[in-house]
Amino acid sequence: MSARAQPGVWRHYLGVAPVVAFLALLFLYPLGDMLWQSVLDQNDNLTSEHYRAVGANPVWFRVMAITFEISAWTTGFCVVTAYPIAYLLATSSEGTRNRMLIWVMLPFWTSFLVRTFSWIVLLAQRGPVNRLVQALGLADAPLALIYNFTGTMIGMVHALMPLAVLTMLSVMTNIDPRLRSAATTLGARGGEAFWRIYFPLSLPGVAAAALMVFITALGFFITPALLGGRQQTMISQVIIIQVSELLNWGFAGALSVVLLGAALVIYLLYDRLLGLSTLAGGERSATGGTHGMIGRIGGVIGDALLAALGRICDLVQQGWEAISPPRGDRPRRRVARGVLWVCVLLLIGFLVLPALIVVPVSFTAGQFVNFPPEGFSLRWYETYLGTPAWIEATFRSFIVAALTGALAMALGVPAAFMLTRARVPGRAALLALILSPLIIPRIVVAVAIYIFYARIGLVGTTAGLVLGHAVLAVPYVIVTTMAVLKTYDERLDQAAASLGATRWRTLVHVTFPLIRSGLIAAFLFAFVTSFDELTISLFVSGGLVSTLPRQMWNDMLLQVNPTLAAASTVMLVLITTMILAAEALRRRGAAR
Amino acid sequence: MNTAGPHTFTSQPKLRTVALSKSYGSVVALADANLDVREGEFVTLLGPSGSGKTTLLMNIAGLVLPSSGEVWIGGKLSTFLPAHLRDIGMVFQNYALFPHLTVFENIAFPLRMRRAPEATIAKEVMRCLELVRLPELAQRLPRELSGGQQQRIALARCLVYSPSIVLMDEPLGALDKKLRDQMQLEIKAIQRRLGITVLYVTHDQDEAMTMSDRVCLMNKAHIEQIDAPEALYFRPKSLFAADFLGDSNIFTAQLRGGRLEGPGGIVVRAIAGTPDGRISTVIRPESMRLLAPGEAAEGEAQGVVDSAVFVGGFARIFVRLVDDTVLQAKRPTQMGAALPIAGTAARLGWPAAATILLPLEPPA
Repeated sequence: MSARAQPGVWRHYLGVAPVVAFLALLFLYPLGDMLWQSVLDQNDNLTSEHYRAVGANPVWFRVMAITFEISAWTTGFCVVTAYPIAYLLATSSEGTRNRMLIWVMLPFWTSFLVRTFSWIVLLAQRGPVNRLVQALGLADAPLALIYNFTGTMIGMVHALMPLAVLTMLSVMTNIDPRLRSAATTLGARGGEAFWRIYFPLSLPGVAAAALMVFITALGFFITPALLGGRQQTMISQVIIIQVSELLNWGFAGALSVVLLGAALVIYLLYDRLLGLSTLAGGERSATGGTHGMIGRIGGVIGDALLAALGRICDLVQQGWEAISPPRGDRPRRRVARGVLWVCVLLLIGFLVLPALIVVPVSFTAGQFVNFPPEGFSLRWYETYLGTPAWIEATFRSFIVAALTGALAMALGVPAAFMLTRARVPGRAALLALILSPLIIPRIVVAVAIYIFYARIGLVGTTAGLVLGHAVLAVPYVIVTTMAVLKTYDERLDQAAASLGATRWRTLVHVTFPLIRSGLIAAFLFAFVTSFDELTISLFVSGGLVSTLPRQMWNDMLLQVNPTLAAASTVMLVLITTMILAAEALRRRGAAR
Repeated sequence: MNTAGPHTFTSQPKLRTVALSKSYGSVVALADANLDVREGEFVTLLGPSGSGKTTLLMNIAGLVLPSSGEVWIGGKLSTFLPAHLRDIGMVFQNYALFPHLTVFENIAFPLRMRRAPEATIAKEVMRCLELVRLPELAQRLPRELSGGQQQRIALARCLVYSPSIVLMDEPLGALDKKLRDQMQLEIKAIQRRLGITVLYVTHDQDEAMTMSDRVCLMNKAHIEQIDAPEALYFRPKSLFAADFLGDSNIFTAQLRGGRLEGPGGIVVRAIAGTPDGRISTVIRPESMRLLAPGEAAEGEAQGVVDSAVFVGGFARIFVRLVDDTVLQAKRPTQMGAALPIAGTAARLGWPAAATILLPLEPPA
């Protein structure tokens, strides 16, 4: 390799070229085009009328404010609820951690629409939650849990908590557990060791989680539309109406640009304060973040706050030690840990509950969606199987997801190889480009792709869906494959080469078999991303080509009926089967 | 080198473990450990990995709780006492310096936990930084320091509050050899000067020998032997101890009326005070030398030079006996002195006093 290094530098870019070309065409160009459209009037003359319209009508300002408000609350709740989960997982043994992670990830793998549907059932006025509350005598009248702020918050926090847990966990598992031990041997009680040592070290994870949750929340529309009321209308809902009902693309483009701008401003602020490298789990740089007056003042205040929190906990624990003095002759009960476990199990119950409720509901014999279901019947499955629209949508989703997976793998795997192995200039920029479809609000991507498709006639085609979904799936494939390749010992390839294998044979006989489980996981990510995708599908699938989520969404807007539960169960079973199959394959691969 | 320090040992041990055991399910990590450490003493837990030395240390620190047995620190029953109430100091393998705190704040941490006044903190931290000769690094962050510097800061953080006993878990493991040798002497010097009590864990026998007043040799979750380094080396009480420390020739022999007969014609004359029977025998290579023709020794073996290896300051000479038993002799090298040539006949000799006799065990 080194002998031909000079002329061969360009060969390193070969692996990444297809994905760059793909994203340039289906992501960057549409985004640019959308920007351009937003400053053109009907006669293609330059104009600022769309932006003036955004500014002129206080309604749009209000929607924007609501969007930010809901996203901020969601972020707050997610961070506060995800922290104890991530903390408990990070400080447990690896076995316990992996077992618990399955439950945390379950909602992540369950279709978004399925979960939202479950919440509609659970939170209804005469739903199980309200009946439980009343049975316990906690309230006289049914609580208003849905079609308002509460409903929106429950749905959004539920949707984004796993993301927050995973983001925090990646930072927390890197905190050396010996630091806690060191603090206690140096005389710190548990509370003080936590606030002075563990918590400051976990803050980059908290900040990264907050950023990811906030940006993702900005683009939400399913939850506020189905669980919120009029007062919870978010910007994405407005954009969808502008695009699909009013056909006002320029204006929708302008709103998308405003949303995109807001997201970018937030990234910039984050970068100024903490440095974006912390997002990738990197350590906070020595100088970054603390430079500047604001940073320094914040640092001083933060330190004082943490010292105070530590002190308060310490006093509480001292009091506890006074009441029940620690004895040398018998172990102390770990009260705090027990309380933490109870809290986390309750939170996980909250995460898992919706996924579990759909299945029984789908077997109801009654007319309406209800929990517990009335009797048992398969009638709603008959309805599902007997309706061509459902069956076609299911098939379409399957085909689109499979093709998306294949395309994303073909584009992503070579790029992942290059990005992991070659130290070429521009690597960071390439990575940023590849990840950008994930970290800008999805609705913006969807609108841009839709406007682009409308020009070239891809709306309402399977190809259009596959290409659009691949934009979102490719980053997952690349990130997952890179993660596997990072743990792959490259010397195995060198060994194969030294034993006389060509590069191709090395790849086929050595590398791929060893990273197979990672590749399967990558494909699965891509598959599920597409299978569960609604935003792009909503615009692109047009009138004829419906996908399963799209069909569910249409049905949900009309009327909540048990057929949806049946469809949800089918979707749940399909995805679970895929994941279990992949897991079985992985196990067999590992056992060999 | 068992140099008796200027410490005054009191009758009350600073640290005592009584029948301390720890199991994880069916895996026994530590079995029946009885250990006393006196005030001002430097005791090392030495053993191969998995021998239970770190488990023992963690139990004493209160970071792991024992399955049975007792821990006494400063005369106080502390078996299940939380770590922060034990008045111990601990230096961790990778130092465990708090990465978000400056060197100053790291060292100040234990004093802050004890609510010391700010003036005392400043004075004590600087005193300890001077003790480890790094006063100029107070405002640095740990990651800006070299490994050796981090090591010293970890030590300073542990000394600043004068804990009753300092526990060290392979503190020099991450340093390269030169620096490690230097730090060994430095830690030892500080320990002597301040008269602190240290329990030290290492798997490096040279380190244990260099630093310790006594070495506690561990194997397979139990304590094998506790002794001063010299005693441990020259009077091992088990084959494991003999084999683990230094090099050794080990064989099974028959003792009959003061005359020991080993494999391949090994003979040792004039052995007194041991009853007849089959016996395990250990002879250190440095006790063996090549005999000149006609020269006699109390212990003798005859064979052919198998190979002779130059190892710098000394040479190893391997002699093969008639039954293919190979004995090793070690001798200092000198410029210009030739090594014996492989294939030539050779006789090895050693004094009877250098023959270590142990109850029969199958050779490890």
